[in-house]
Amino acid sequence: MNPIDPQLPPGDPLVMLGLLASAILFAVGIVGFLSRRNMITMFLCTELMFQGAGLAMISYGRQHMDLSGQVFVIFILTVAAAEAALALGLVVLLYRRKETLSAEAWKELAES
Amino acid sequence: MIAAPAMLSSVLALAQGPLDAQAAPELRWAGLALLLPLVSGLLCLLCGWAKVRSKLPAALTIAALGGAFATILRLQGVVGETPVVINLFDWISWTWGDGSRFHGFTANVDLYVDRLTVFWMLFVTGLGTLIALYASEYMESDVGKGYTRFFGAVSIFLFAMGCLVMGGNLVMLYLGWEGVGLASYLLIGYYFTKPEAVAAAKKAFIVNRIGDLGLALALFLTWQCYGTVEYAALWKAIEAAPASSEWTAQAIPWLLMLGAFGKSAQLPLYVWLPDAMEGPTPVSALIHAATMVTAGVYLIARMFPLFVVNPDALAAVAWVGGLTALLAATIGMAQYDMKRIWAYSTISQLGYMFLGLGVGTTFGASYHVFTHAFFKALLFLTAGAVMHGFAGQLDIRKLSGLLKVPGFRLVSLLAVLGCFWLAAFPFTAAFFSKDEILVSAFTAKDERVHVLGWIGLVVAALTAYYTFRVGFRVFFGPVKYEPGDEHHGYDDHDHAHGGHDAHASHGGHAQHGQHAQHGHHGHHGEFHPHGPRWAIRVPLMLIAVGAILAGWPSYRTMLDHDAPNWVKTQVAQSSAYQGAPAGDHATHGGQDAASHDAAHADHADHAHADHEHLVLGMDAHTAVGRLGSLACIAGILVSLYLHLINRGAADALRRALMGSIATRWIVVGAERKWMVDEFYDWVIRLPLRLVANILSAIDELLLDAGIVNGLGALPAAVGRIFRPLYGGVVQGYAVTMAGGVALVAAWVIWIWLRGAN
Repeated sequence: MNPIDPQLPPGDPLVMLGLLASAILFAVGIVGFLSRRNMITMFLCTELMFQGAGLAMISYGRQHMDLSGQVFVIFILTVAAAEAALALGLVVLLYRRKETLSAEAWKELAES
Repeated sequence: MIAAPAMLSSVLALAQGPLDAQAAPELRWAGLALLLPLVSGLLCLLCGWAKVRSKLPAALTIAALGGAFATILRLQGVVGETPVVINLFDWISWTWGDGSRFHGFTANVDLYVDRLTVFWMLFVTGLGTLIALYASEYMESDVGKGYTRFFGAVSIFLFAMGCLVMGGNLVMLYLGWEGVGLASYLLIGYYFTKPEAVAAAKKAFIVNRIGDLGLALALFLTWQCYGTVEYAALWKAIEAAPASSEWTAQAIPWLLMLGAFGKSAQLPLYVWLPDAMEGPTPVSALIHAATMVTAGVYLIARMFPLFVVNPDALAAVAWVGGLTALLAATIGMAQYDMKRIWAYSTISQLGYMFLGLGVGTTFGASYHVFTHAFFKALLFLTAGAVMHGFAGQLDIRKLSGLLKVPGFRLVSLLAVLGCFWLAAFPFTAAFFSKDEILVSAFTAKDERVHVLGWIGLVVAALTAYYTFRVGFRVFFGPVKYEPGDEHHGYDDHDHAHGGHDAHASHGGHAQHGQHAQHGHHGHHGEFHPHGPRWAIRVPLMLIAVGAILAGWPSYRTMLDHDAPNWVKTQVAQSSAYQGAPAGDHATHGGQDAASHDAAHADHADHAHADHEHLVLGMDAHTAVGRLGSLACIAGILVSLYLHLINRGAADALRRALMGSIATRWIVVGAERKWMVDEFYDWVIRLPLRLVANILSAIDELLLDAGIVNGLGALPAAVGRIFRPLYGGVVQGYAVTMAGGVALVAAWVIWIWLRGAN
């Protein structure tokens, strides 16, 4: 432990709450991604996982009393916004091809 | 073209050491004999590139060959008894160690000009010019691409033949040797859309390769034994150390012989020559009768000093020559295709030449080459004129009485003249040259070859028979003919149609009637043979004059016993008389023969020989003269009866021979060429094919299927194992990923927990 590091004592309730919320968000995202076939839903689930990861960064930033975590999250949010526009555009194009949003429809892209 | 001589002489002036002071300035121009055909060959290439559709290539070739002939004629006047080496430019010159005799290899582009060279080049270029003129009409239906290709190849042939004959070392000779082989291949395969022609071209090339192997090995061994491959130095080396008994020196003649047998179509390598008749007729006349096939004779005559060390090799040459003459003559008796008969007669006559070489008379052999070149070219060219006029018909059963067909009188007369010459009728040129060979065979020192004299006489009778079998059948008797099937074929017959109007006027209809009786041809009503025009007639007449004049040296000797025989002078003052020949020159002692006056040498020589050798109680010359005449006339008379007076008798005779088991093999054997081709097929081609098939199977099954494809299949097989992981469902991939991350996380936690304890 770096003595200069102005760290909060372990078990700070706000940090624990944030970490719990981020774990839940990530888990919900993964379960949703694995269990649904609708491409838009799957995309929303990936966004959930994103936010989970972001919340974890903010929480650890708080633990270390450091603003880098929040800076990173804001940076990630902007990138995610651009990526979301791109991904939704792809989903629209895929839908036009097959008239369905199911990911199953694109199985033929597999190796075998 | 105008710049060429100037260029050449400047090249000569720059590149050469000065000629001997007494050498004539004409010698500087000797290189023209090589340069002109080469230039015309290149110009023909340009013509082909520029798509020339006129007779320009023929004109270029005729001009170049004529120029080469003129050059040689000039040389003939100035070449003296001593050979001259003319250095055109330096080529190979390596030395190592101290650079002494066995520590260097020199092969420059030199010309070795002595009287034998000039003698050989005289008829090569002379006949080349005339036959090119003949071909300019013969090939005219191919004007355009084919015409250019033809004359380009003829030019290249003459260039290569010049290298072969005039080259100053064995490397030049070898280059020329391969060059004429290439030209021969190109011209035999001229009608390359015809499978037989392609096969014949390949056969000629491959069979010649076997002989060329011998020549190449002989070249290597010559350097190994004597330390040089240049003629001038070689003769000196042999003079210094003559009969070497080392196996290498003994092997050289055998290997050279193999090369000569391949190129000159002798047993066992003669099989390519009859098939070579697939080429256009002028090619058969020039390359496969008059010039290229005599290269083997030239080789042995030129390298005679190397043969003298090995009497067994000379005896072998004699035997191969004699047996080839006999075998080819028997086959020639039973063939029906005019060109093939002449091809077998060529093989047979070449056999005589080798017989002559083997018994030591390089003069007799060269003389026979000389006379044979003219009359055989004449026979081929007349056969070509007939073929040209009768739409490719060459079957002697389907042509008769051409002497009376308008437009063919001259051709027929000349052909019959050629027949007399080939049959060696008394007092024709061939009679004298054959006489020389047979006398030498009877009087050779080597007792083993005397029997070849008798074989030679038998062959003379057979030759007279089969020659006049063609002569009497085709040119005499009732007028009857069937045209061949080449109206639209490979040879030149498009104007067989165009000629109707022209020929209708001079009595084509007269034959037409008889012709129709014959009849099983649909197009009879339309066919009229067309006679040749001037470009065929003029060369024919000039060659006929040449054939007659070829006997002039002997006529002169007959009239005046002291007059030198011109051919003998030419041959005697060259390497062909060096060493101590086994035959009739032995008496006037080897090395200095060249410096003797040939006539005196000739005289003393024969007088001497005649005392020693009696044939049937007469001296050899008288005996051979009489027996030879007798054989010839007997052959002609038999032929006269069977093929003119009573043609039915010939068929009856054949039927009678076929009827009896005891004699049936004679007819079948001779007609099927003694099965030599089949024999080679079974003994050589079949085993080779078998081995090739086995190796091909190994290649396909073991190498291709096993190793190469096996290695290729390996990654695919590995891929097949992992492929189910990529099923195309995105969730599957996600599970894999999440599972992997979970495993890593679990591992990290596990380590952390252990560390905590």
